[in-house]
Amino acid sequence: MGIVTPGFRGRPRSSGPELPPGQYLTEDFPVLSAGPTPRVPMDRWEFVITTETSREHRWTWDDLMALPSETPTVDIHCVTKWSKLGTTWQGVSLDTLMSDVDTAADYAFVHSYGGYTTNLPLADLLDGQAWVAFKFDGEDLHPEHGGPARLLVPHLYFWKSAKWVRGIQLRFDDEPGFWETAGYHDYGDPWREQRYQGD
Amino acid sequence: MTDPHLDGNALAGPLREIFAVDVTAATSRCAACGLSGAVAALHVYPNAPGMVARCPGCEEVVLRMVRTPDAAWLDLRGAVSLRIPM
Repeated sequence: MGIVTPGFRGRPRSSGPELPPGQYLTEDFPVLSAGPTPRVPMDRWEFVITTETSREHRWTWDDLMALPSETPTVDIHCVTKWSKLGTTWQGVSLDTLMSDVDTAADYAFVHSYGGYTTNLPLADLLDGQAWVAFKFDGEDLHPEHGGPARLLVPHLYFWKSAKWVRGIQLRFDDEPGFWETAGYHDYGDPWREQRYQGD
Repeated sequence: MTDPHLDGNALAGPLREIFAVDVTAATSRCAACGLSGAVAALHVYPNAPGMVARCPGCEEVVLRMVRTPDAAWLDLRGAVSLRIPM
């Protein structure tokens, strides 16, 4: 008679996909909101990049749709500790939007319909790291998740991926945004667990 | 669709950690539109990285509170004043 219990395979070597420290895996898509969901008529929607010399680059919705888009599949990490893996989006790369923008700025101050703001280094929006996303999972982005379009910067905590994005102001200084002025980290790298000021 | 906010009574517990008085019984004046009313009547959005309390008149932010592991951040820039009954 063998001494090995049938079916006993020991402890799994891995408890699942690797997550940033302090995060747990979720399969659904929690809605976080700091205010009422703004409704923007599509014929009045616009996205504006303003340089440090006040030069404005504007796109209407039709302009945005006419640009080449990408379909990134990325992991997203919320500072409230949920992570969602393998999310699929469609959006226009910030590299495309910035291609004709002449700037020497180091920082981006992102603003949204409804008044939300957030800040990050301009370098984190470039080199295939960020999109203005308008579809999630093949469907138009739901207003609760930031539709018609939101910023998508998946390598930083998800509060940097501003819902209802309206524009980006390019600056020499790092102006803190909505959560950054209330205790949250100016950069927000989930792998370094930069949740709060001082982390 | 109904916006997912609670009333300002949801602030009672978090603010009780900071203040000796019940701030939800105070009267706040909105810095954006000037509307005065009980803190308990603000529209509170709790499903966010912090609590956001907005004016029931103009929906501008009156009060924000973030609780970190070792501190509480309270932003009252959206309130001209708080009248606290003593």
